[in-house]
Amino acid sequence: MTEKDTSQLPPSDGKGTESLAEDFRSNAVRDAVLLPILSVFTGLFIGAIIIIITDNTVITAWRHVFDDPLAAIAATWTSISVAYGALISGSLGIVEIWHGIQAMMQGQGSAELGVAMIPLAESMTQSVPYIFAGLAVALGFQGGLFNIGGEGQLLVGGLSSVWVGYAVTGLPWFIHLPLALLAGIIGAGIWGAIPGILKAYTGGHEVINTIMMNWIIISLSAWLLKVGGPMSREKLPITPEVLPTAQIPQMFSTQGNRFHWGFFLALAVAAFVWWLLYKTTLGFEIRMLGANPKAARYSGIHVRRLYVIVMTVSGALAGLAGSVQTLAVDHWVGLGFSGGLGFDAIALALLGKSHPLGVVLAAILFGTLRNGATRMQSVARIPIDIITIVQALVIVFIAAPAIIRWIFRLRTGGEAAAPIFTKGWGS
Amino acid sequence: MTATATSFSPDSYAGRRERRKAIAYGVFFLLVAAMILWFFAAHSEGGIISTMKLNPTTKAKIIKVPDLKLPTLTTMIVLGLLTALIGFYQIIRGFKNVYLWLGIVASMFVFAFLVWATRGRSINLLGILTFAVAAASPIAFGALSGVMCERSGVINIAIEGIMLAAAMMAVVVASMTDSQWLGLVAAILTGGLMGWFLAILSIRFMVDQIIGGVALNIFALGITSFISQRFLQPIPDLNSGGVFKKIPIPGLSQIPIIGPVFFNHTPIIYILFILVIAIHFMMWYTKWGLRTRAVGEHPRAADTLGINVFLVRYVNVIVGGMIAGIGGAYFTIGSVGRFDENITAGKGFIGLAAMIFGKWTAVGGFLASLLFGFSDALQAKLQILGKAQVPIPSEWLLVIPYVVTMIVLAGVVGRTVPPAADGQPYEKQ
Repeated sequence: MTEKDTSQLPPSDGKGTESLAEDFRSNAVRDAVLLPILSVFTGLFIGAIIIIITDNTVITAWRHVFDDPLAAIAATWTSISVAYGALISGSLGIVEIWHGIQAMMQGQGSAELGVAMIPLAESMTQSVPYIFAGLAVALGFQGGLFNIGGEGQLLVGGLSSVWVGYAVTGLPWFIHLPLALLAGIIGAGIWGAIPGILKAYTGGHEVINTIMMNWIIISLSAWLLKVGGPMSREKLPITPEVLPTAQIPQMFSTQGNRFHWGFFLALAVAAFVWWLLYKTTLGFEIRMLGANPKAARYSGIHVRRLYVIVMTVSGALAGLAGSVQTLAVDHWVGLGFSGGLGFDAIALALLGKSHPLGVVLAAILFGTLRNGATRMQSVARIPIDIITIVQALVIVFIAAPAIIRWIFRLRTGGEAAAPIFTKGWGS
Repeated sequence: MTATATSFSPDSYAGRRERRKAIAYGVFFLLVAAMILWFFAAHSEGGIISTMKLNPTTKAKIIKVPDLKLPTLTTMIVLGLLTALIGFYQIIRGFKNVYLWLGIVASMFVFAFLVWATRGRSINLLGILTFAVAAASPIAFGALSGVMCERSGVINIAIEGIMLAAAMMAVVVASMTDSQWLGLVAAILTGGLMGWFLAILSIRFMVDQIIGGVALNIFALGITSFISQRFLQPIPDLNSGGVFKKIPIPGLSQIPIIGPVFFNHTPIIYILFILVIAIHFMMWYTKWGLRTRAVGEHPRAADTLGINVFLVRYVNVIVGGMIAGIGGAYFTIGSVGRFDENITAGKGFIGLAAMIFGKWTAVGGFLASLLFGFSDALQAKLQILGKAQVPIPSEWLLVIPYVVTMIVLAGVVGRTVPPAADGQPYEKQ
């Protein structure tokens, strides 16, 4: 990688420097913007193919393709347009919003618009945990650590916050709510720190250890939440409801609109992570560790301490995803609460190039997709897991830009440095 | 970091460090002894007997052995004092191979726990061991798959996903054809296909192997859940592939204890035994094995000598995928006969840990898998004994295999050295 980087430096002979620099800039821009967009597009396209080839009506229509070729094509089109139509209307609802605005202009009040806004607001709501979890993975990537434990960490965060939210009583909201958030941060921070400590002092690879930590908390939460367990309700395997003093308030009063202030907290935390990474010494050390751990060690950086710090902060960020989701939207935790979010976070951190701004944009995209997929599941009966498939494909395309370049016949060049984790086990 | 050499002079820094470490182990052994005496011996009454059944409950033809009847209290005291003795010796003199004694102390603790848990009752120890071998098999297939891939320098973290996809294909094909053997073939082909994907990503496109593997895992999780919801749930006939029948091996299966534990299983487990031997032989006594190891240690040197690095890696990763595919088949047509979402439950990753524990060898990986399988079986059987006997929530016991994995990875049992070029893409010059 380093050899390639130096070869891209403009030559020193003055002549032609400008055009080369311009070329480089355009390549970099293309890589940062065009490749992710094309990756998502290709992922959705392959997702469409999977939807089509698993649709019975379409398969039947194609069986009789020689009798009625148009019907086969029509069935294919219907299948995919119903599915992705539901995806779009369920996540954005632009047409409905337009009607709502028209109604308001005609003086019929804003009620219709309020209802029409729900899909969009829900998409933003769903992107909140993605922002936190994506930042967690991105921070790890920046430090050369691969945190796959987001799933477990956000469960720990959610459980800790909810526990403070219902078990601690008699506090005013301005103490109770921060306390609940803090509990989630600390709990998940510790949960993330354990693999970090193991990595730093024993060399146990964080990928396997974070996954083991996921399974451990899944088993333990089954015990915590089972009926009669320490955190369950009397007859339901879920935690009691968080007290109003610990809830993050929702912004709109429209029934069904769950958009909440946590969205802005997420943006603030993203800004904080950006500041941490790019404006502080610690951030510089983290990025150096990620770029070249050997160089980091030789330059006197306390690498072990840094591993622990990165994993702790990463765990805390993932924990916030769980905390905010429970305190603002769900108000309780049940089994299967994390729902694959920790894995989605990997895809979106890669998509956002591990940059906080990129992560926020990718998270909004994923929140929108996930929200639309819920609608797609109810309307077109397509399992929501199609989104997981699309995300896996996105990871592949982002990690192997050569595939996208080959599909779309893009010129090579401006190869951005992909994060490298595979340095063997236990180093 | 440091080796367990005892040749350091006691005054040097390294020597003092070694000494401190030795004492720490000794103290740990004493703590274990105290736990056995405090928790177990103090909570068992005299005159009560723990019975360990060593004969199969079925009417199989086998040479009978007497069941193990242990007086609970005496056993606790003996085990506790023995452990304490080991601890004192470790502190005063220090064992040469402390890891071996760590293993012995751990086994004694587990045995003490088992005897204590069965106080006044009986437990089918043979059943635990038999189930341990079965439960170890998917982990062992994962470890073997890892050995194949990583000896050639490709980290395969996608074993989990490969197993998941293969598990589903096995049950679907077995359901459609009414043949578990065809299901197994489908699982192997699925595994090979997934291995091929991983090979393309990591060899052709030089994608970071961990990211490529994670992508494959997520893809497998997504596609199996998708197909499960779209087809298997509405059409239950697609998800009832049946289970391989147990075939006792004539002669061998009649040996007491060993017979029923190892030689009365489904064909999948016999395939495992054959593969362990075959891969061991292949890796250390054949030309291909030598090439594989050369490519995994120093691909450039291997290339210079005329070995086709890419070919070796492709073949090994695809074969590794096929092996993981067999492991996947165990989950469905080898044990329960149906597919559930995320049925592999992290076993693929535990397989990787077993491979590391087994120092990247087939036999070592297999033995390590038996350890994980045993912790799995123990957990399952302790649940059956009930709350009165084992006052620990069963969900806590579920955690054991994962905690053991983390302890193993932490290198408590000695440093392990991966192949030198493990995880590094090779670029031809």
